[in-house]
Amino acid sequence: MSEKKATSAKFYVHDLDLFYGSFQALKKINFQIAANRITALIGPSGCGKSTFLKTLNRMNDFVEGCKITGDVQLDGRDIYTSGMSEIELRQRVGMVFQQPNPFPKTIYDNVAYGPRIRGVHRKSELDEIVETSLREVGIWDEFKDRLNKSALGLSGGQQQRLCIARTIAVHPEVILMDEPTSALDPISTMKIEDLAVEMKEKYTIVIVTHNMQQANRISDTTAFFLLGELIESGPTQDIFLNPQNKKTEEYITGRFG
Amino acid sequence: MYSKGKEKTWKFFVLLCGLLMIALPIAIGIFLAVKGNALFYQYHHTLGEFLFTTTWKLKDDLVGGGKGGAAVFIVGSLIVCGLALLIAVPFSLAAAIFMTEIAPKWGTKILRPAVEIFVGIPSVVYGWIGMTVLVPFLQNVFHLKTGRSVLAGGIVLAVMIFPSITTVAADAIRAVPVSARMAAYGLGATRWQVTHQIVMPAAQTSVLTGVILGLARAFGEALAVAMVIGKTPAFPKGIFGQTATMTTVIASRMAELMEGSEAKAGLWTIAFILYLISLFFIFLIHIIAAKGAKKNK
Ligand SMILES: Nc1ncnc2c1ncn2[C@@H]1O[C@H](COP(=O)(O)OP(=O)(O)OP(=O)(O)O)[C@@H](O)[C@H]1O
Ligand SMILES: [Mg+2]
Repeated sequence: MSEKKATSAKFYVHDLDLFYGSFQALKKINFQIAANRITALIGPSGCGKSTFLKTLNRMNDFVEGCKITGDVQLDGRDIYTSGMSEIELRQRVGMVFQQPNPFPKTIYDNVAYGPRIRGVHRKSELDEIVETSLREVGIWDEFKDRLNKSALGLSGGQQQRLCIARTIAVHPEVILMDEPTSALDPISTMKIEDLAVEMKEKYTIVIVTHNMQQANRISDTTAFFLLGELIESGPTQDIFLNPQNKKTEEYITGRFG
Repeated sequence: MYSKGKEKTWKFFVLLCGLLMIALPIAIGIFLAVKGNALFYQYHHTLGEFLFTTTWKLKDDLVGGGKGGAAVFIVGSLIVCGLALLIAVPFSLAAAIFMTEIAPKWGTKILRPAVEIFVGIPSVVYGWIGMTVLVPFLQNVFHLKTGRSVLAGGIVLAVMIFPSITTVAADAIRAVPVSARMAAYGLGATRWQVTHQIVMPAAQTSVLTGVILGLARAFGEALAVAMVIGKTPAFPKGIFGQTATMTTVIASRMAELMEGSEAKAGLWTIAFILYLISLFFIFLIHIIAAKGAKKNK
């Protein structure tokens, strides 16, 4: 594997092929993900967006029969072959899932989970991490009086923001979001979109979405996937105003199918 | 074909079954209470004597005047069952975790059916194998006069309750949503951390229910224990000592005693205590379940 230095790219993906058994879900993907930007992955259902996202923090390792070839580099280091542990990788590349999935624990313990498994146990230190994480996602005032209540009692939107707070509590560099708002109402969706825009100062964000307006509103770069191939990618405005590929145009204008 | 008459008959039948299900255990409880009470009312023993003294010498006649201390049997049951639990629970949890988290494919295809086979084996078979294999084995390894002992009873019971605790625990672990595991893995947790910090706490309530069901089964088991425990009506001298339990004393004496005699009344009292203990276990399971449900709100 060549350790090519990708310029300011956070992630550098080169000739990535991914197979689920004999089915090829990703075909020769070449893509770079810029640091401190929001990158949106769009495309019809089943085109491989989630699959691609999960290669970035090796969550595909849990899928039996999943085989990956090609380079995936994080800051110039291959995440599959350089000996980087999944543990380290996933701390640096956090994930927010489609369905809010808080642990059946208290709000506090949800946010403190990540720091705790990395050996932070001092109460004062944990308190501070919990507070700053919740503040960062703008739910500290909402939650500060019920930190010891179960997270399962929260609304979907609150749960999702808690999950984001839980993710940033371990200070990741990249946050992967797989349709984080598809299970939420418009107001919660808007809050999370605003949050993502604020967060890109500190984090690199990759977001999968089926919502064209959402991709248009918040992302800097958009990548269009189709049947396992990356058809087109570029600055979001260009993709939406002036797509080069006919299929991209059909998809974003809703004439796809 | 649908018909009003048929539906009515069905409804009646289902209702009848439901009522029977409620009535039967209550009837059994009343029956045992009445029978067991004879020891206190007819033969004038006290509850204190029954629970806290150790001489069990009741007369097999209608006059009475014997000694009715059941402490040995109560303690015997507690010790043997406690020991069984101590042995079975770690193995059960390890097996359940293995077949769900570590080797799920293998677990569902081979281990699970294998464990389920154990559940169906009649207790007399366990006792018999315990008697012919385990007892001589303990005798040789620890240079005992006899291998019949509390330890033998505990091991046999442990083997008997291991499968039921394991299957309940495995089901509970499997019921923990994958999404919770993925959330933890996504934060960089190791498999061990996910298992013991996320999966086990979430499965805890149901696992505990399985443990109590196992304990209830252990308390109620007579035959297999009787075959390996030595049936000595005294407190055991350590885990290699012999003793008797509530169920073994009933199983070994019930046939020979005269109905209505003081001694028989004593056995009924023990049976009634066993009934109360199983009620207590059921009660406990419900409390735990209710608490678990509240926690997950
Ligand atoms: N665990 C798996 N085993 C086998 N095939 C899979 C697995 N996960 C996904 N696939 C297949 O890979 C392809 C890409 O799936 P993926 O989930 O990445 O699509 P997606 O673009 O995220 O779709 P959606 O928008 O519906 O979430 C699909 O054809 C899917 O059936
Ligand atoms: Mg998807």
